[in-house]
Amino acid sequence: MTADLQLADVSPGDVLPELRHDVTATTVVLGALASRDWRPMHHDHDFAVNRNGTRDIFINTPNLAAWFERYITDWTGPRARLGQVRFRMKDSIFPGDTMVFGGQVEDVTTDTVGCGWATLELHVSVDGRVVNECRARVALPTTADDNPWARTGATWNPSAEDAT
Amino acid sequence: MTAGHTDTEAAVQTAESWIGEHRYEVVGDFDVERGYVLTSLASVENGNPLYWDDEVADELTGGPTAPPSMLSVWFRPHHWAPGRTEQLLPLQVHFDLKELFGLPEAVMTDNTVTFGDPVRPGDRITSRQVLRSVSAPKTTKLGTGRFWVIDVEYLRQDGAWMGTESYTGFGYKRETP
Repeated sequence: MTADLQLADVSPGDVLPELRHDVTATTVVLGALASRDWRPMHHDHDFAVNRNGTRDIFINTPNLAAWFERYITDWTGPRARLGQVRFRMKDSIFPGDTMVFGGQVEDVTTDTVGCGWATLELHVSVDGRVVNECRARVALPTTADDNPWARTGATWNPSAEDAT
Repeated sequence: MTAGHTDTEAAVQTAESWIGEHRYEVVGDFDVERGYVLTSLASVENGNPLYWDDEVADELTGGPTAPPSMLSVWFRPHHWAPGRTEQLLPLQVHFDLKELFGLPEAVMTDNTVTFGDPVRPGDRITSRQVLRSVSAPKTTKLGTGRFWVIDVEYLRQDGAWMGTESYTGFGYKRETP
């Protein structure tokens, strides 16, 4: 976990530090149950292989969202607040894979109510192949005493559409 | 609903009647609780002090909260419950559309989540599903079917908006060779 990033610390093109994680069956099963996803393809090898036709059980999307959140806030620190994430699912992640998270800052803006935003283009890859993409909009403090978490109602506009 | 519907004008009219309508409003089975938060954090080795350190939580969010990415966790039904005779599905409108149009296969192509006020231990989250759109018939490499966009809106017990998940699904029939 880094110290809190402020909006002025980031610029378009900045590259986030890589995060690698070796996936095991425990990673998949723990993640599925932690997100209350009981579907058998996330814990039952026989079901995954013989009914779903996949090579093994695989990480579920809600848990992958939790991985992306961890990746983002490892970089920003706790004052940053997620506003919106958009996922494009391309392929599955299995035990034995090494997930590699990466990405960069695409845009930095301040909205009409003074909230600072960074738009991030992120991905997770396995063996150099992108298996999932995530576009994230995260609120960053604009000053040392700004706290995006204090925003609510009309002062919190998390949707990308709100910015246009 | 009658099983085995096909992609007819009547099916289109039924689907259009659902657009914008709140459907399947469900109150979560249990209050948001911190044990689940910590289990989720442990599953991804997330050491964010906002969730582990009460002083940080007090300073930034006025007390403990749940990570935004856990939003959908709070309405997912238990795997089993007394008296339940059939499994509950977390995105029922998606399955209704598959059945309505007679499309046996489906994939989710896109998922966008927008986060509102932070969820706190003790909150009870209500979810409701809203069909936003259904496309004209499309043919992709998977087969022929329709795209649809379904929102799941999450509300706190006092009605405050906590977030919205928006799913793009493609229901289809495989092309026969």
